[in-house]
Amino acid sequence: MIKVRIPTPLRPLTKGQGEVEAQAKSIADMIETLNGSYPGIKDRLCDETGELRRFVNMYVNEEDIRFLKGKETSLKDGDEVSIVPAIAGG
Amino acid sequence: MATMKALVCRECGKEYPTKAIHVCEMCFGPLEVKYNYEEIKRNISRKKIQDGPDSIWRYADLLPVQGPTYLGPHAGMTPLVRAKNLGAFLGLDELYIKNDTVNHPTLSFKDRVVAVAITRARELGFETIACASTGNLANSVAAHAAAAGMRAYVFIPGDLEAAKVLGNLIYKPNVVEVEGNYDDVNRLCSEIAGEHGWAFVNINIRPYYAEGSKTLAYETVEQLGWRTPDQVVIPMASGSLLTKIWKGLHEMKTVGLIDDVKTKINGAQAEGCSPISTAFKSGRDFFKPVKPKTIAKSLAIGNPADGYYALKATAESKGSMDMVSDDEVVEGIKLLAQTEGIFAETAGGVTIGVLQKLVKQGTIKKSDVTVAYITGNGLKTQEAVIDAVGRPHRIQPSLVSFEQTFKVGKHGGGDA
Repeated sequence: MIKVRIPTPLRPLTKGQGEVEAQAKSIADMIETLNGSYPGIKDRLCDETGELRRFVNMYVNEEDIRFLKGKETSLKDGDEVSIVPAIAGG
Repeated sequence: MATMKALVCRECGKEYPTKAIHVCEMCFGPLEVKYNYEEIKRNISRKKIQDGPDSIWRYADLLPVQGPTYLGPHAGMTPLVRAKNLGAFLGLDELYIKNDTVNHPTLSFKDRVVAVAITRARELGFETIACASTGNLANSVAAHAAAAGMRAYVFIPGDLEAAKVLGNLIYKPNVVEVEGNYDDVNRLCSEIAGEHGWAFVNINIRPYYAEGSKTLAYETVEQLGWRTPDQVVIPMASGSLLTKIWKGLHEMKTVGLIDDVKTKINGAQAEGCSPISTAFKSGRDFFKPVKPKTIAKSLAIGNPADGYYALKATAESKGSMDMVSDDEVVEGIKLLAQTEGIFAETAGGVTIGVLQKLVKQGTIKKSDVTVAYITGNGLKTQEAVIDAVGRPHRIQPSLVSFEQTFKVGKHGGGDA
């Protein structure tokens, strides 16, 4: 199981839960799985071409997926994924 | 002044109430304050501003607070220094330094944004204020919170300069040193902000906080005698400062304080952390995040929130971006100190280094009225220059010892 931390703007879709679990082999796979459990979440994370939106950051065990393999970054049991709005700080 | 209408998403245009939120829940775009410019235009004038307080609050009509009680009442209105010596050295006829090394109370431009953020946070009913910081912001939040009697949590990376750590502890906030770089701190704080009802100045209060940077544009124009500069050079960390200076200049035109904006906006980064400048130089409108490695720690944001908008503002203004090495940062700090008597922190060295580069390239021309933004004080980043400034001349307390060292003639000067 993968633990996924959900940011405030998406919690209306996860019935208020800040953390959910998913069975997934990659980030792309995780997004599909989440969308199955929480319909609509994919549209919020990805644009019409299916790419992650410009202002969405994702981290696997605290590492930005852009330093890994982006959406193709593989996941294994026990990994923790954070979805974080990009606009913060500075 | 109650001139705020709403928060609006910069990407999709969805509107929200003026609460402590910073992200569009539809597209994750940044929320920005929407003003009633027609009403502001009717109320504002050069005279009203000039008769106002000697601080950022003279521009309260253009800031996202209700008022009339302002926390951080002395921030801003720092000197615009006519830099004749540095100008002559670089070959510029009219160079100015906007000197935020002497901002009140914590000697960096962050006193502007924190004054606005803490004022707004108080208006929204918060009792605890927090931030993710590369140092200067934490210092300013800690000081303002102490003065306002608010609880504070400041989160900093584990490798900050000693003076920036001490500059938090003295005000007794909760100082949280995170084992990681700023981007780690920022991600953690974004997650914490979702769990606690605190005013994180650069997260859930960010739409208001960031607006404080516009005052650097307003002051520059007013201090130049209501003229816009031809060129500005601005250090970039998240890119927010650059974006807001561009916005501030245009707002002055919108509300009728000036006729036109012809300013070219130039962004400066250090080579060891230059995601925005690198994107600009490669002609991309998006940046790739980096792992920072530079002495310019205040600018060490590898994943800059406003990188995209900074690229856009610079392109719109037909400006430029560049980066300098850590050695050039140190040289820049020394050059500014030794020509103008202003001791800047590392970010200032980045700005001066890039200014020099842009002049050499011919991007900034001799006759261009140019303003360089110096945003923090050198006494806070002494580690960066300590090995580059030499040692004092140590002598015995005797005239002989002095004269042996300096070989000064009876009427002339001399150096050792």
